[in-house]
Amino acid sequence: MSTLIFRTLSPLVTGLILVFSVFITLRGHNEPGGGFIGGLIAAAGFAIFGLSHGVARARQALVFHPLVFAGAGLFIAVAAGLASALFGRNFMTGLWAYPQVLGVELAISSPLFFDLGVFLVVTGTMSSIVLALEEREGGF
Amino acid sequence: MITEDWILVAALAPFLAAVAAPFLAAAAGRAAAFLLAAVPAAVFVAFAGLVPGVAAGERYAAGVDWLPAWGVRLSFMVDGLSLMFALLITGIGAFIIVYAGGYMKGHPHAGRFLTFMFLFMGAMLGLVLADDLITLFVFWEGTSITSFLLIGFDHARRASRRAALQALVITGAGGLSLLAAVLLAGQITGAGSLSELLATGDALRSSDLYVAVFLLVLGAAFTKSAQVPLHVWLPNAMEAPTPVSAYLHSATMVKAGVYLLMRMNPVLGDTDWWTTILPVFGAATLIVGALLAMRQTDLKLMLAYTTVASLGLLVMLTGVGTEAAIVGAVSYLFAHSLFKGALFMVAGAIDHESGTRDVTRLGGLRRAMPVTFAAALVAAISMAGLPVMFGFVAKEALYLGLDDSGRTALLAAAVLGNALMFAVGFQVALKPFLGPEVKTPKHAHEGPFELWAGPVVLGLVGLGAALLTYQTAEYLIAPTAGAVLGRPAIPELHLIPTYISTPLILSVVTVVIGLLLYLGARQIRAGVAGTLAAIGWGPDRGFDQAVAGLVAFSSAVTGLTQTGRMNRYITVTILAAAVALLVPMAVYDEFPGRPPFPPLTIYEWAILLLTAVGLVAVLIARTRLTAIVSLGIQGFGVAVLFMLFGAPDLSFTQFMVETLSVVILALVMTRLALGERDHRPTGEMAWHGALALATGGGLAMVLLAAVEVPFDRRLTDFFEAWSRVIAHGRNVVNVIIVDFRGVDTLGEIAVVMIAGLCILALVRIKAGRRIPSLREETRS
Repeated sequence: MSTLIFRTLSPLVTGLILVFSVFITLRGHNEPGGGFIGGLIAAAGFAIFGLSHGVARARQALVFHPLVFAGAGLFIAVAAGLASALFGRNFMTGLWAYPQVLGVELAISSPLFFDLGVFLVVTGTMSSIVLALEEREGGF
Repeated sequence: MITEDWILVAALAPFLAAVAAPFLAAAAGRAAAFLLAAVPAAVFVAFAGLVPGVAAGERYAAGVDWLPAWGVRLSFMVDGLSLMFALLITGIGAFIIVYAGGYMKGHPHAGRFLTFMFLFMGAMLGLVLADDLITLFVFWEGTSITSFLLIGFDHARRASRRAALQALVITGAGGLSLLAAVLLAGQITGAGSLSELLATGDALRSSDLYVAVFLLVLGAAFTKSAQVPLHVWLPNAMEAPTPVSAYLHSATMVKAGVYLLMRMNPVLGDTDWWTTILPVFGAATLIVGALLAMRQTDLKLMLAYTTVASLGLLVMLTGVGTEAAIVGAVSYLFAHSLFKGALFMVAGAIDHESGTRDVTRLGGLRRAMPVTFAAALVAAISMAGLPVMFGFVAKEALYLGLDDSGRTALLAAAVLGNALMFAVGFQVALKPFLGPEVKTPKHAHEGPFELWAGPVVLGLVGLGAALLTYQTAEYLIAPTAGAVLGRPAIPELHLIPTYISTPLILSVVTVVIGLLLYLGARQIRAGVAGTLAAIGWGPDRGFDQAVAGLVAFSSAVTGLTQTGRMNRYITVTILAAAVALLVPMAVYDEFPGRPPFPPLTIYEWAILLLTAVGLVAVLIARTRLTAIVSLGIQGFGVAVLFMLFGAPDLSFTQFMVETLSVVILALVMTRLALGERDHRPTGEMAWHGALALATGGGLAMVLLAAVEVPFDRRLTDFFEAWSRVIAHGRNVVNVIIVDFRGVDTLGEIAVVMIAGLCILALVRIKAGRRIPSLREETRS
C-alpha cells in the first residue's frame, strides 16, 4: 500500500479532507452536512494517513489518543445542552447570538457547539477503531 | 409548619464539604480535619437552635421542586424524631471527622476517605430529614452506596471487598423494598410526603394492602438495622477503618432502619402484625447478638455484635409501641449512640496505638493511655446501665416500658440482653487497661488529641444528659417520643429512682447477672464457640453459598448461550431478524402487493444496474477481499440513488459509512486467521443463502408494506414549517438531529463512544500479550 505516490499525496489529501470535514460540519445547519457526516469524513482522513505513514506517525500527529477527542466531544455536547440552564431554560433549549465579526454577521448557537461535539465524538471513536485495526506487525 | 429555607442548605452542606475534603487534606494536612469538622459542627449548632421550637410542638420544613411533573420534591421536614437524629449525626459526626483526621494521618488516601465520610454524612442527614417519599428513598440508597465505599475503603484486601459487597447486597435489597413500600403507601393514601402520610391516620392500617406495606417496610428496616438473620453484614463491616465503624455502626447508618420503623409507627403501628413480629425479631436479635458478642475477642467485633443486640432491643421496644416503651426506646437510642460511638473510637485508639485489638493480647494499658481509659470507663458505665450515666436512665425507662406493657417474656429477654452487654462493655473498657502489662506489637502510648477528644466529649455528654435528666426529657426525649407516637408524650425519666420500683429491682438483677457473666467470660466464649462449631452453618456461610450459586448459575447460562463461535452468533442474530420480519406478516396476512414500477430515466437505470452488478460480484467473488470491495460498490450505488431521490444528507452519510466499512472490514479480515478464500460446504452455503434471502426479502417486504400506507405528513409538515422559524436552520435533517431531537443524539453519541471503547478493548486483546495502556499507545 505504501507506494511513493500514495505516501507523497496522502498528507495533502488528509489535510484537504480535514478542512472539508469541518466545512461540512459547519454548513450542516442550512445545507446537507452536519457533525456526524463530518466526523466520518475526518476519520477517513486519519485512516488514509495511518495507512500511508504508519499508525505511529498518525498517533503522533494527533497528539492525544483519539478517544480523548471523543470524550471531549461528549463533554462539549453535554455542556452545550446544559448552557441553557444558565438562562433558566430547559435542558438543550437552543441559544442563539448574532455577533458582528469583521462586518459579517455570525450565527453562534448552542446547537452549533452540540454539533461540534457530535463531530468530535464520531471522529475520535472511528479513528481510534481504524487506527487500532491498522496497527499490526508488518504493516498492511 | 414553618418554612425555613436554610434547612435545605444545612442538609446539603456535607456534600460541599465532601467536594472540598481532598483539596483541603492535600493543602492543610493535619489542620484539614479540624477545618472540615467545622461544617457538621455548624450544622449541629443550626439545628440545635430549632430545639426549643420543636419542643413546643413546632414543625419546620423546606424544599424545592425536583420533578414537578411527578410531584416529586426535594423536601425536608424537622420534627422531634428527625431533629434527634440530625443532632446525633452532625454532633457525633464533627468528632468523628476530627478523629478520622488523626486516625488516617499520613494515609495516602486520607482526603478520599474524608470525602466518603462526608458523602455518607450528607446521605444520612438527608435520610432522616427527608419529607418527600422519593427524597427519603434516594438518600436511603445514598447511605447504602456510601457505606459500600467506606467498608471497601481498604479495597486491596479481599475481606474488605467481600464485606462491602455483602453490605451493599443486603442493604441494597432493603432499599428496593423501601421504594416499593413508599410507592405502595403513596398509591393507597395519595400521600407524596411523610408529613402527608402521617396525617392520613388509619388509611394504611385499614387498607387491604396493609400487610404488603408492612412487610416491605420491614424488609427495608431489618436489612439496614441488621436484624437476625440479616445481621451478618454488620460484624463483617468491621473490615472498614475504625472511624467508619464508630460513625456508621453506632449512631447513624444502622439506626436508619429503627428510624424508619419509628417514623412509620403512627401509621403502621399498633396492629397485631406490628406488635408481634417486631418484638419477636427484636428479642431474637438482642439475645443472638449479645451471645455472639460474648464469643468475640476482637474489640471491634465485640462492639459490633452488641450493636446488633442494641438494634434488636430498639426494634423490640418500637414493636411494643406503648408510650412508656417508646420513651424507653428513644432514651436508649440516644444513650446508645453516645456510648457506642465513644467505645468504637476507644477501640480504634487502642488498635492505633498498640497495634492490636485482640482483647486477649491486651492488658495494663491504664498507665500508657490514661485519658483513653477514662473515656472507655465512662462509656462502659453508660453501656452497662449504671448510674450516673444516661445509659442508666434509658435502661430504667425501657424496663418500665416493658413492665407496663405486661409482656414478661420480652422483659426477661431485655434483662438477659442487657446483662450480656454489661459483661461485654466492661470487657472492652477494662480488660485492655487493667492487669499486668502485656507486650503489644507497637509500644503503646496515649494517642494524639484527635483520638481521645471524641470519646471524652461523648462521655461527658452522656453524663451531662443524665445530670440534667429533666431538661433532656423535656427538650429531646419528649419531642422525639411524641413524633414516634403521633401524639404528645410525657416521659417519666429519673436519674434518682423515686421509690423501689420493678425497673430498679431488674437493674440490680441485670448487674448481678452481668458481673457473673463478666467473670465467666472465658467459659461462655468457649461455650458459644463450641455451639457455633456444632451448628457449623450460619447466614454468613449462607451468603457465600448464595453468591457462589448465583455465579455458577450465570456461568451455566452463559455456557449455554455463549458458545464462543462467531458463526453461531451471526446465524442466530440473522435468523431472529428473519423470523421477526416474516412471521408477523404471515400471521396477519399482510404481505405487500406488487408495487407499480416507477418510470426511470436512463441514468437511474445505470445506477440500478451498477448496484446489481456489485451484488452479483459479492456472490461470485473468489477471494474475501474482492467480496468486501464489491459490497462497497453496491453500497455506493444505493448512496447515489439516495442522492437522486432527494436525500443528500442520507446519501452523504451512506457514502462515508460504505467507505469506512470497506476499510474496516478489510482491516479486520487481515487480523483474522482466515483463508484468502471462503470454503464452505455446499449444504452450509445453501442454508446461509436461504437465511440471507429470508432476511433481505423480509426487510424489503416490510419496507414495501410501509410505503403502501398513505404517508402521514404531520411530522414532515411540522418540521418544514418550524425548523427555520424556531430553530434557525434550513436543513431539516440536521435541525432534527441537533435541536428538535437533540437529547436522542446525545444518547446516541454516548453509545457511539461506549461502542468505540468496547471495540478498542476487543481489538487490543491478544492471547498472552499485555494490553498497553491508553497513554502508552499514544506515546508509541
